[in-house]
Amino acid sequence: MKIRAQISMVLNLDKCIGCHTCSVTCKNVWTTREGVEYAWFNNVETKPGIGYPDDWEDQAKWNGGWERKKNGKIQPKMGGKLGVLSKIFANPDLPEIDDYYEPFTFDYAHLQKAPEMKTAPTARPRSLITGERMEKIHKGPNWEEILGGEFSKRSKDYNFENVEKEIYGQFENTFMMYLPRLCEHCLNPSCVAVCPSGAIYKREEDGVVLIDQDKCRGWRMCVSGCPYKKIYYNWNTGKSEKCTLCYPRLEAGQPTVCSETCVGRIRYLGVVLYDADRIEEAASVEEETDLYQSHLDIFLNPNDPKVQAQAREDGVPDAWLDAAKNSPIWKMAMEWKIAFPLHPEYRTLPMVWYVPPLSPIQSMAQAGAFGEKGSMPNVRDLRIPMQYLANLLTAGDEEPVAKALEKLIAMRAYMRSKSYEGAVDETIPGKVGMTGGEIDEMYKLMAIANYEDRFVIPTSHREYSEDAFDLRGECGFSFGDGCGEPKKAVEWTGLFAKGAAKQKV
Amino acid sequence: MMASYLNQFFFGVYPYICLVVFVVGCILRFDHGQYSWRSGSSQLLRRKQLVAGSVLFHVGILIIFGGHFVGLLTPIWVFDALGVSHGAKQVLAIVAGGFAGAICFIGILLLIHRRLFDVRIRNTSSLGDTSILLILFAQLLLGLSTILVSLQHLDGHEMVKFMEWAQRILTFRSGAAELVAGVHPIFKAHLFLGLTIFLVFPFTRLVHMLSAPVWYLNRRGFQIVRTRNQDGRKAVRPAE
Repeated sequence: MKIRAQISMVLNLDKCIGCHTCSVTCKNVWTTREGVEYAWFNNVETKPGIGYPDDWEDQAKWNGGWERKKNGKIQPKMGGKLGVLSKIFANPDLPEIDDYYEPFTFDYAHLQKAPEMKTAPTARPRSLITGERMEKIHKGPNWEEILGGEFSKRSKDYNFENVEKEIYGQFENTFMMYLPRLCEHCLNPSCVAVCPSGAIYKREEDGVVLIDQDKCRGWRMCVSGCPYKKIYYNWNTGKSEKCTLCYPRLEAGQPTVCSETCVGRIRYLGVVLYDADRIEEAASVEEETDLYQSHLDIFLNPNDPKVQAQAREDGVPDAWLDAAKNSPIWKMAMEWKIAFPLHPEYRTLPMVWYVPPLSPIQSMAQAGAFGEKGSMPNVRDLRIPMQYLANLLTAGDEEPVAKALEKLIAMRAYMRSKSYEGAVDETIPGKVGMTGGEIDEMYKLMAIANYEDRFVIPTSHREYSEDAFDLRGECGFSFGDGCGEPKKAVEWTGLFAKGAAKQKV
Repeated sequence: MMASYLNQFFFGVYPYICLVVFVVGCILRFDHGQYSWRSGSSQLLRRKQLVAGSVLFHVGILIIFGGHFVGLLTPIWVFDALGVSHGAKQVLAIVAGGFAGAICFIGILLLIHRRLFDVRIRNTSSLGDTSILLILFAQLLLGLSTILVSLQHLDGHEMVKFMEWAQRILTFRSGAAELVAGVHPIFKAHLFLGLTIFLVFPFTRLVHMLSAPVWYLNRRGFQIVRTRNQDGRKAVRPAE
């Protein structure tokens, strides 16, 4: 057993209002530079939809993630090491920028500089890649917002597998939900596995997956290797970039920018302990539907003294063990089992988990919502089809998702009886296998969601992680080329360097 | 007198200038600015023409590179010992080089067309990207046209001159420039441009070839976990 700690995230989709504050604050901090205008380390998709980039979930198309071979071993779906290298001159699995969207701006200056004319001046779009006029914008960030676009296109959504999707195209049966997405900081990251340069790595102390910008050579295998399409190729610097889980903030004990700014308070960050020796085994189970359980099985109970002793031996600092005991992630994902990994079937063991959303009851009368007190509606009558959520979160196994939704409904019913009806209905918790105390705790964490309960982040121990004496006079976070501006770094190639950012608009 | 001086300069001195700039430049750039050390792929922006163009170009040029490397730097007595006649070696070079050159030619034409006429690629190209492509194209054309000259004398004696020249240069022996004084101007241009590619190499994206990730095949397992607390900073070890 080799115990490692990881900072993990849970998103409570039940409370996501799709406001994109996470995406926008993330963008402002990380990707407002030339070359990554199209990149969103965090984006929020409206589901059902094909997502961003197009059909990212369809690995028959993109070959991301892992596949289990006949002999029970897993290898990247792109191929073994030789297979990956054979794609180095041209990668057939690489999305083109049009699969994301061509980034653009508008000729705002024209609004002020236009001569007097008959009609009001307009600001027309201009490509941020070529600097040329774009006559028509075919796609942009979050193009499917609130079910934008026709059903025939949106319904290509991979999660409709085994769902009779036609009826959901009808207005009265339609449903939607939001899915905020960021790098999953997987335990078994396929981006790391397919990077021929060895530039991508997982940090042992907190599990953050990072790209060494000095070592990246731009072979762009990671872009296709990642099944979540959360690695972006910066066409200006020729390097890949990804979500850093805001590690400079984490190290100081602060939540990521997306979590900090989430107005719905849907994001949770905390430490989980896991057995690093069992990663491969957990990712290699035969049945895809068993992956959720095998993933759960490698997490370790932070309250178990044996686990604590072993963790200390393996170099997990005490502050991290304390944080693990108070981890909201441990409670939601492992104790209450109301949070699930996104697409476990990719076998990457993702570490950003989701609480499935409740939705209105399809037919109130049918579901018995009217009538006797304390009766609980059947979760299968909810508007979002159970199979759809299961395809998203448990590789198609409806049971765990149904149980989680029942717990969420029970929490509402119990707290309603307690605070509104005046008579506490103690029969409710038992129906979902919980106690009243647990439900109170769940309510506090999920409904009240105080800052200090949502974010239990131990500061990093610099003395464990590196020799600070060597860091004197360095510039902290940089783009990998000393303390200069990133543009200068590219310019250093001198003689034949790209003219400093041709002023495109 | 002047001609001999120029010959001495271009084929006796210039090679050393180029090699020194090549070696020192690469080391300095690698040490100082690895952030700029990359292949510079533009596949994300336009896939069209790249898949065929890049594969053909790279396969062709790698064969050509290997051919030049082995062909020029293997001591001639090795071939003699193996019983390969000079003429046979030259014919082999012409056939293999011509074939790889043709593949490379198709590839580079596609890449140049894409680089110059696809607005996305053109507007995001640096001067370095475009010029190195054109330099390689010119060098490929010169190389292919040497075949026409070579066909005039198939006994291999000209080829042996170039081998001897390259080997003398690399082993710091005198008399290298004199060996190639009398060769056809196309050969001279090909040599000169080839040396120039070494000269500009550290300043262009060509550096990516030094990072060809062949050792990936040798990685133990797939995963990489970095910890900085055991083996000092930036220690890298694969997960068990």
